[in-house]
Amino acid sequence: MTSISKGLILDRRSLIAGASALGIAGLMGRPALAQETPVRGGVFVMGIGGGSTTDDFDLRKLTDWVPVNQAYMVMNGLVEIDKDNVAQPELFESWTAAEGAVEWTFKVRQGVTFHNGKTLTADDIIYSLNIHRGETTSAAVSVAAAFKDVAKVSDSEVKITLESGNADLPYVLSDYHFLVVPDGFQAWSNPIGTGPFTLESFEPGVRARFVRNESYWKPGCANVDAVEVIVINDIAARTNALMSGQVHAINRVDFKTVDLLSQAPNLQIVRSAGGQHFTFLMDCTQAPFQDNNVRMAIKHAINRDQLLQTALLGNGRLGNDHPIPSTDRFYHSELAQRPYDPEKAKYYLKQAGLDSLKVTLSSSDAAFPGAVDAASVFRTAASAAGIEVEVKREPTDGYWDNVWMKAPFCMSFWGGRPTADQMLTIAYQSASAQNDTRWANEEFDKLLVEARALLDENRRREIYWRLQELISNEGGAMIPMFGDYIDASSTKVKGVQPHPMFNLMGARMAEKVWLEA
Amino acid sequence: MTRLVLVRLGWGLLTLWFVSVLVFAGTEILPGDVAAAILGQNATPESLAALRDALGLDAPAVQRYFGWLASFIQGDLGQSLTNRQPVADLLWPRFWNTMALAAYAAAVSLPLAVTLGICTAVWRNSFFDRAANVVALGTVSLPEYFLGLLLILLLSVHTGLLPSLADTHDGMGLLAWLKATTLPMIVLTLVTVAQVMRMTRTAVLAVMDQPYIEMNYLKGLPNSRVVLCHAVPNAAAPIINVVAFNIAYLITGVVLVEAVFNYNGLGRFMVDAVSKRDLPMVQGAAMVFAAAYILLNMLADFGAIALNPRLRHPRISES
Repeated sequence: MTSISKGLILDRRSLIAGASALGIAGLMGRPALAQETPVRGGVFVMGIGGGSTTDDFDLRKLTDWVPVNQAYMVMNGLVEIDKDNVAQPELFESWTAAEGAVEWTFKVRQGVTFHNGKTLTADDIIYSLNIHRGETTSAAVSVAAAFKDVAKVSDSEVKITLESGNADLPYVLSDYHFLVVPDGFQAWSNPIGTGPFTLESFEPGVRARFVRNESYWKPGCANVDAVEVIVINDIAARTNALMSGQVHAINRVDFKTVDLLSQAPNLQIVRSAGGQHFTFLMDCTQAPFQDNNVRMAIKHAINRDQLLQTALLGNGRLGNDHPIPSTDRFYHSELAQRPYDPEKAKYYLKQAGLDSLKVTLSSSDAAFPGAVDAASVFRTAASAAGIEVEVKREPTDGYWDNVWMKAPFCMSFWGGRPTADQMLTIAYQSASAQNDTRWANEEFDKLLVEARALLDENRRREIYWRLQELISNEGGAMIPMFGDYIDASSTKVKGVQPHPMFNLMGARMAEKVWLEA
Repeated sequence: MTRLVLVRLGWGLLTLWFVSVLVFAGTEILPGDVAAAILGQNATPESLAALRDALGLDAPAVQRYFGWLASFIQGDLGQSLTNRQPVADLLWPRFWNTMALAAYAAAVSLPLAVTLGICTAVWRNSFFDRAANVVALGTVSLPEYFLGLLLILLLSVHTGLLPSLADTHDGMGLLAWLKATTLPMIVLTLVTVAQVMRMTRTAVLAVMDQPYIEMNYLKGLPNSRVVLCHAVPNAAAPIINVVAFNIAYLITGVVLVEAVFNYNGLGRFMVDAVSKRDLPMVQGAAMVFAAAYILLNMLADFGAIALNPRLRHPRISES
């Protein structure tokens, strides 16, 4: 048995590079405050966009921001990703993996009780994992398909056997679908968990109120007496509510107003540099993109700096045609940044036997806000390289069903994944159902599986670097930029930090923050 | 009169049915369906097929439509496809929210508009007449959301007088409710005043030019009595018409205002429903909107007929 928690301490050291990158992207314009002691009390009001009348707490359906944030108020995960992108124990207290990373044993945290008084045991955790396995409509079904067996060793131990080795299993288990409810729980509109708050009232898609769980187990958390969530989907209404002081914190700030908001003396802007990235997808099985020379021509025909400034107003980082963010511990820091080079693009076109190229780019703001503008920026830049781009504006509705993975050249995005392996597996492994460029590379597939089961960090790094080179130089995705998640909150809210996963402190803001006395 | 009401009701029901067909067809034509909307980017062909099967989306469109119609006629709005809650439970509280906001706005805007209309007619071409017209036309020319944002900036962000979110919930007091909804009320008032005011002015003026009004003046009646007792009752029919029209607008046309102020009404409900392709919810909301519109137009017609003897007794005028 190899101790993974020891491995994680080593990771921390290797993470210094990543952590400093996070620091830069952290609280903007304000010196990081020294650790203050949390103060108890107050009602924390959040204005969150991304909720609907049809929301409930069904863990299998969690996709949008409001239900995810609310679920984390009531329930706990198995593993928590901390602000430095490292897996920390939550309801799983510790873990060990056998060599090959196929068999894992997890210790269940002891002395934790659900809101209904029941004590947490292995059965609850097994039930909560099993709702995502087998015949289910769970959004996490593909992630959970990697679990061959989830078995109870004792009341305080769970053994997970994987289909094939995965050294990142604790990271995989940090997925926000894997929250824990009592064994056999079904009443999704009236959730019971072990989390920092209990649900007091709930009007789906409108508002919800939570009160503190007085016997919460996590130290230094659940500082506010109550949390109110007001669902505000309209971005202007959300911003107004923060500015007029009706809410303490909002998510998904409009890039166009970030600069203005940061000048307000009583507001703080939080940038979370995560793995969210935007893609121009070339289907490697459709003409003209079967030829890697054409793909390389496209990759050289975009002005990434300009795009970052235009589409995201600088609120992000340049992409290098692979999906691993600079915050990931396996990020290839020595891969040269691909420049905008029309001459080189022309060279690649010539290699493909073409003088000029005409392509149709399917675009829609469903891919990401500003995608249509981004397409126009690309069209201008590409024309200098002899590539004529026709931008086809697709309807937002049904974009994922009718355009994505159907049109030969379209725009899309990926949210960040906790591990490099997950990101590469879901979008680039040739057998994946969501391999949205239909790229198939034998070496890539083989190395990906090999790296997954390795417990040796250095060897893994070598492989992941190679995989990033492969995608960058041969893959079908042109990835010009990564976008930050931007939140804003009142300066009365303390303990606010950026998070490498998503906004609102990885959807755990309510649990962590406190209000100025 | 009874026969007329029945015939009108019949036409109203037919219109309602026609609307339900249009809405159903429209939702069918839109790309994507509820299964794709629930699963989003996570959808795989297998999970899509499983969910479609579970929701009964595989049945032919015509069969699904008549299934819905059969239960609708029995008063059952069905279940939401996304979260399996009864549509009625989700819909009615929001309907009453919309009605409450519409009633608040109507209670302020309509008396104000009619009074202004009569006053501008009485003092026609005065400074007051021109000023009222310019202001009313100015506010009606600005889009609702822009007016809303402008008022939020002035009354909420800069001065903090009123909240920018119309954040209402069960159990809040009437005063708190009025405070929360005052900003949207003002916006709705500003966009509806102009039409009613102008219509009232025109209608009263048209009557004022008639010989019997001149006769009243010659009898020596005071101006106020001529206008209020002799002119306005005869100008009532077009005024009632435009008032009913505006009430219908207040109920059905508040989607933008609800979005700007984050008000939990039927408009937002319908936007949610359409984006999820949740057909029973879309149909439920559309039926309520259409019914409100048809009913208010019908009432306007009845009102106009009741007030006009020539329309009340059509056969006499024909002979």
